[in-house]
Amino acid sequence: MSHATIADKRPSTLRGARLPKWSPYAIALGSIAVAIGIGLGAGLDSRIQIGLIAGLLFLLGTYVIAARVEGSRQAKDRIATSLVWVAFLLAVVPLASLVWSTVVRGIKVLDVYFLTHSMGVVADSEPGGGIYHAILGTLEQVGLATLIAAPVGVLTAIYLVEYGRGKLAQAITFFVDVMTGIPSIVAGLFILSIMLMLDMQPFGFAGSMALAILMMPVVVRSTEEMLKLVPNELREASLALGVPKWRTILKVVVPTSIGGITTGIMLAVARITGETAPVLLLVFGNSFINANPFEGAQSSLPLYIYQQYANSAGSEAAFDRAWAASLTLIAFVMILNLVARGIARWKAPKTGR
Amino acid sequence: MDISTQNTQAPPTPQPSPAEQKRAARGATRPGDRIFLGLSRGSGIFLLVIMAAIAVFLTYRATLAISKDEGNFLTTFEWNTGTVPPVFGIAVLAYGTIVSSIIAMVIAVPIAVAIALFLTHYAPRKLGGPIAYVIDLLAAVPSIVYGLWGALILVPHMDGLFHWLNDYFGWTGIFSWEEGPARSMLTVGILLAIMILPIITNVSREVFRQVPQMHEEAALALGATRWEVIRMAVLPFGRSGVISASMLGLGRALGETMAVATVLSPDFDIHASLLNPGGGTFAQNIASKFGEASEFGRDALIASGLVLFVITLLVNGAARAIIARRKEYSGANA
Amino acid sequence: MAKRIDVSGLTAYYGSHKAIEDISMTVEPRSVTAFIGPSGCGKSTFLRTLNRMHEVTSGGRVEGKVLLDDEDLYGAGIDPVSVRREVGMVFQRPNPFPTMSIFDNVAAGLRLNGSYKKSELQDVVEKSLKGANLWNEVKDRLNKPGSGLSGGQQQRLCIARAIAVEPNVLLMDEPCSALDPISTLAIEDLIGELKERFTIVIVTHNMQQAARVSDRTAFFNLAAVGQPGKLIEIDDTERIFSNPSVQATEDYISGRFG
Repeated sequence: MSHATIADKRPSTLRGARLPKWSPYAIALGSIAVAIGIGLGAGLDSRIQIGLIAGLLFLLGTYVIAARVEGSRQAKDRIATSLVWVAFLLAVVPLASLVWSTVVRGIKVLDVYFLTHSMGVVADSEPGGGIYHAILGTLEQVGLATLIAAPVGVLTAIYLVEYGRGKLAQAITFFVDVMTGIPSIVAGLFILSIMLMLDMQPFGFAGSMALAILMMPVVVRSTEEMLKLVPNELREASLALGVPKWRTILKVVVPTSIGGITTGIMLAVARITGETAPVLLLVFGNSFINANPFEGAQSSLPLYIYQQYANSAGSEAAFDRAWAASLTLIAFVMILNLVARGIARWKAPKTGR
Repeated sequence: MDISTQNTQAPPTPQPSPAEQKRAARGATRPGDRIFLGLSRGSGIFLLVIMAAIAVFLTYRATLAISKDEGNFLTTFEWNTGTVPPVFGIAVLAYGTIVSSIIAMVIAVPIAVAIALFLTHYAPRKLGGPIAYVIDLLAAVPSIVYGLWGALILVPHMDGLFHWLNDYFGWTGIFSWEEGPARSMLTVGILLAIMILPIITNVSREVFRQVPQMHEEAALALGATRWEVIRMAVLPFGRSGVISASMLGLGRALGETMAVATVLSPDFDIHASLLNPGGGTFAQNIASKFGEASEFGRDALIASGLVLFVITLLVNGAARAIIARRKEYSGANA
Repeated sequence: MAKRIDVSGLTAYYGSHKAIEDISMTVEPRSVTAFIGPSGCGKSTFLRTLNRMHEVTSGGRVEGKVLLDDEDLYGAGIDPVSVRREVGMVFQRPNPFPTMSIFDNVAAGLRLNGSYKKSELQDVVEKSLKGANLWNEVKDRLNKPGSGLSGGQQQRLCIARAIAVEPNVLLMDEPCSALDPISTLAIEDLIGELKERFTIVIVTHNMQQAARVSDRTAFFNLAAVGQPGKLIEIDDTERIFSNPSVQATEDYISGRFG
């Protein structure tokens, strides 16, 4: 506003000088070159250091050049843009490395033999052995946990959405929130404290109970969201036909949102499948096959990974097995995730969007 | 369209709790209704019972241990539960838990917010969607895998950074390094940051996506650059969402067990340097001491777990309070 | 600082869909020009091409020229950010920044353009709020959030925010469609006052409103759904409403369609 008071016939207030499109790349190349130059000149051997110098030079160069040519607001905009890009690239490196190393190292010993045999008498530091017992343990523990948590979770959500009012519902909502924040190891300690009182030895179902505690709030939350998406008109239409409420819920409300509920349960299953801490406390680990989750120590995939890493005194064979088990675990969790999301997309309630 | 119907509950007007049973009875005249209501309410009550049981059992076992503790449970720098008399305290664990979580938050929150902005406002549209999907999947990678990767891949790669920090900032004491393996609090913090990055990014992205178009257009129409649009319309609108996302991440970082247990080389002392090995966290200590612990040792570990539980409850409560206080400015008037 | 707008041969797209085709018109400074026409005829799209807001929408693209006092908004080297500073806009739904106070909302545009002294800011905010006929209603609660105002007040707050940066042109996209009749009247009065200082272009669904507030009226129409919208005619408002030269305009105005 102030500069407009003087009617100096400058060409334009609209024509902000712009840097050419290739300028960020040019500045980037320039700063890398200068950084390498400085690095060589000063005899720096650390790549981190040269990278850091290059990054700083880039930001500084961008700001100074942009501020000169385009003004400080544009310069700030450019800095923000570069920082956002840098943050993204910075985060990609470790996450890509995680996936890459798991796949590359995991594939080494992952074969049919590995999937169908237990560790048996193979010592931790020797090559050989497999993860059959761990897969079996994981499936049983997670399966039992789901059998407990899914019905309790879904029914609780139904109560909260369809019936819930007053103090009880408020209390449940509040404590479901609290429960979501329980660290997995605390859930494990809770079951452990019961086992200590009853003088029990580790067994698979103990782990299932801890996993169920972790799973329930997740199921409640996701199911609640899904039930809330069911239009009220559907309920009223059914009730108006004289259908009792419980049948309305079972025949109208739940089927309408069944896709989303399933997705939520599968995502919760995927989450507890990777839990290690409670299993470590309650199921203990076992290198033999134990198909009975109600008696005796079992293994599980995440626990197997940890024990191969921790108990093997740095043996390469054990690390290879740990990576292979990690790959199996990730594959299992990813497939669950992908299928769950597929269901969500396929069964999404068609509410006139 | 119908997402706004939060009162999808039964039609009658809200009544205070004494009337609830009357209303429930009215709605549940048929046996089917009564059974179904009973089942669903029973499930809810079951959840409450579990929560109560967790508190009661943990507290009970914890008092068993603490009552025999010869040291001060809060300030002792030792964890000797096998000795007679037993001496143990959580000072080191509390310090380590908080320090590693702070490091994780300091690194993860700005980067996660930046990535969320990248996905919603900077990346080409065709790229943003798939990347967000991949990040969603990464949030599901089990922590033990992060732990394995951290111990076998990340730790050796920290040497360069540690050398550099030691050369230039070693004089502060915080970044001095004795050239040992990088199994230290800083590495743990960085690994935790990487672990909680996907979840914070996801929630923040969801929030930024919900910024009403009209607020962004208002800023644009005033002649704001992209960054200014973000500062004027996007960040203020998303602030409480970012806070709750961060608290979610913090909760994970505080309670994370395996990733710390695999990476950290623990001891029972508080070190000024973040680069040298040592220290410990609640969850890591439980996992590593559990194997050899006697029944009394396990009770002591339960006592430390109870403290962790209380800390996470406080963090979650704080997050909720912050969000509630910001309601007035939440922009929900749209 | 009101400026003249000269549009020639303007065509706008959403991706591959052509929304408006080959529009040419002149908007005189210090006048109110109203755009009327049936829904979907592209009048709002056209309005958004006048401050380069159209290209913010994904796939939005423009061909042709928009001259603002002889300078093409779509010429090479033109910074869209500066364009939007000179061509202000008020939207269909009031959109004050929800996290800012009333004061900060009005000052938002100024703060973008460098640092002002507190007293300067206060002067501009007061002047703008007075200009938007809102000062008396809010002077005691400048630090309260803008979202606490009524719809009509919010819209006037948005107008104050837009005029605080002293634009050359003020675009209004159905500014009253979300308001009650009394608030609408207040805004219409305000438009009458603002045209002393700004070039105003207003899109409206309401023909009486166009007749009441505008000096010139442009009628837009489209041949069929899916076809691009076109400018049918533009003339003095009086003539458009009494004796339009095109039959379609008369049909629309007399309520035979649309």
